[in-house]
Amino acid sequence: MATDVDSTRPLNPRTASQGYDDLPDADGHFGPYGGSFVPETLVYALDELREAYARLRNDAAFCAELEADLRDYVGRPSSLYHAARWSRELGGAQIYLKREDLNHTGAHKVNNTIGQALLARRMGKTRIIAETGAGQHGVATATVAARLGLECVVYMGEVDVARQEANVYRMRLLGAKVVPVKSGSRTLKDAMNEAMRDWVTNVDNTFYIIGTVAGPHPYPMMVRDFQTVIGREARAQMLERTGRLPDALVACVGGGSNAIGLFHAFLNDTAVAIYGVEAGGDGIASGRHAAPLCAGTPGVLHGNRTYLMEDANGQITETHSISAGLDYPGVGPEHAWLKDSGRVRYDAVTDAEVIDAFHQLTRTEGIIPALESSHALAYVQKIAPGMRPDQSILVNLSGRGDKDMHTVAKLDGLTL
Amino acid sequence: MSRISTRFEQLRAAHRTALIPFITAGDPRPETTVELMHAMVAAGADLIELGVPFSDPIADGPVIQRATERALARGVSLGDVLEMVRCFRERDTDTPVVAMGYLNPIEVMGYGRFARAAAAAGLDGVLIVDVPPEEGHELVRPLKHEGIDLVYLLAPTSTEQRIERIGEVASGFVYYVSVKGVTGAANLDADEVAAKVETIRARIPLPVGVGFGIKDGETAARVAAVADAVIVGSAIVRQIEALAETPEAIPSTIGDFIAELRGAIDAADVAANRPEQVTS
Repeated sequence: MATDVDSTRPLNPRTASQGYDDLPDADGHFGPYGGSFVPETLVYALDELREAYARLRNDAAFCAELEADLRDYVGRPSSLYHAARWSRELGGAQIYLKREDLNHTGAHKVNNTIGQALLARRMGKTRIIAETGAGQHGVATATVAARLGLECVVYMGEVDVARQEANVYRMRLLGAKVVPVKSGSRTLKDAMNEAMRDWVTNVDNTFYIIGTVAGPHPYPMMVRDFQTVIGREARAQMLERTGRLPDALVACVGGGSNAIGLFHAFLNDTAVAIYGVEAGGDGIASGRHAAPLCAGTPGVLHGNRTYLMEDANGQITETHSISAGLDYPGVGPEHAWLKDSGRVRYDAVTDAEVIDAFHQLTRTEGIIPALESSHALAYVQKIAPGMRPDQSILVNLSGRGDKDMHTVAKLDGLTL
Repeated sequence: MSRISTRFEQLRAAHRTALIPFITAGDPRPETTVELMHAMVAAGADLIELGVPFSDPIADGPVIQRATERALARGVSLGDVLEMVRCFRERDTDTPVVAMGYLNPIEVMGYGRFARAAAAAGLDGVLIVDVPPEEGHELVRPLKHEGIDLVYLLAPTSTEQRIERIGEVASGFVYYVSVKGVTGAANLDADEVAAKVETIRARIPLPVGVGFGIKDGETAARVAAVADAVIVGSAIVRQIEALAETPEAIPSTIGDFIAELRGAIDAADVAANRPEQVTS
């Protein structure tokens, strides 16, 4: 990659020498990606957050509090499950599921919201805001806000409010105010726009809990740090169970927090193949998808430089996915960097493949997966048969599918 | 000297405060914009801020969001905005024009290509809402090379250290955002604004414009008493929205509003410049 301000986007010359463990740099850059592209009003808030996080991430009392909450409230460590029947049916590699769906609130999202909410309390913030797509991050945020007695406002695109009404009700039960966002495409990206507008306005008392590894520095780093517990646990569990590392990792990628959480502990294990699976919607060729790493170009949105779904004039384009949680035109900047570096291979699966995998796992293992996680499962269905039975695939089962009953039932012509 | 600096120097010599209206380019339709710019100048605008439509305007309130959506529905691109500036320059070579928007359209066009096209069109400055100085290095060079001023925002949350940092890179003028919030937000506190403007003046040797929350002649006059420029956006765009179905009425209606603001600002300037008058 060459630096040429005249014809291409600026690229950071340090790119080649940066290793996986020392990213991002002090200003939040992962090679040319990441950074902090925000209005001036938020600069102070981000400085304050960066300083507080830098102080607390190595603070023994804070870490002990977080660890106790992850154990007693979330239920960690989450189990590692050998999906023996599904593996046999696919006729190839042994498939292991990292059961983040068994966490309190039913997804990996709570690993991060617990961490950020504890941070918010230490910083003296009394009001929490969040954006949500499928509602999993909104529920996880409303949950920790209820527990800590913090005011909570969740922004959610109007389209998503309609397709995830059970989660909307859960958030309201937990005492959160859910604000339907009517601007733009009325999905996750617009919810994030509105949350940032709220933050600019209420910056003094408000902590913005971003749900994925995107946004301005330090969010991509901080959310990753809170989610890496997934991969640390899974790596030790695989070694204990099988005596070796898995041959491949698979996780779905929207913003990419469950994926980075699984991948990070394995990045230096070069024998482990790593696959990130984006939402292919109706297929990449159709243009109706949400796969910026597979089919997008670099740009700047929501405070960071990353791969985006955008048109030739730099306008962000509408995305499509059957899963609200992956219906986002950007992706965390660390994934952009991992794509360019070649360490992770990013691919996409279609809505139809996702639904098939959803049913397969449900019927062979008695586990109903979230539609987001079903993207990873659909990819497993593609690669497992080509592998040997003595090989293994570790999949992040990032969430459970209860919230998706309406969507799946509708495909079967039923209304619940 | 840039057209922006020249304009502020003239105003300073005349003891006058600048009036800077903001409109979104292409709102409600591309054909209206250049005519509207000329009408605003005729009614007393000293500099024009032209909003570049972007799909995800995180610093804008509902009024400018809707203006952006109207312009994008007409397919207005960054290239189209520069073409409007070029057209404006055919009849007006004195009034500075600053493009205000978000980074991504410029990022996709390419920084060097944008800087050359902007200079060729006769654009004088850019204000990119989501590019703080720390992220602007690659962008600053080609713009400076083409003689285009870089206008930066300062906020109520900007520390003194931060103000100095921005003073190192800003040119033309600086834009103080008078309230914590998005465009078109709540009322500004004139005393708080006055104090902050003094803090900025002590650290940055550029004219200070104040915007966000200026709705009418009265608020414009209060800001004129402390700032070098009064910036009015949402209050204008709201009137444009009301006339979206009859766009031919926009230039004269907005012209009348600009004249009203101009009158209020001039009265404030005259009051402030009356020499040695005892105030009680």
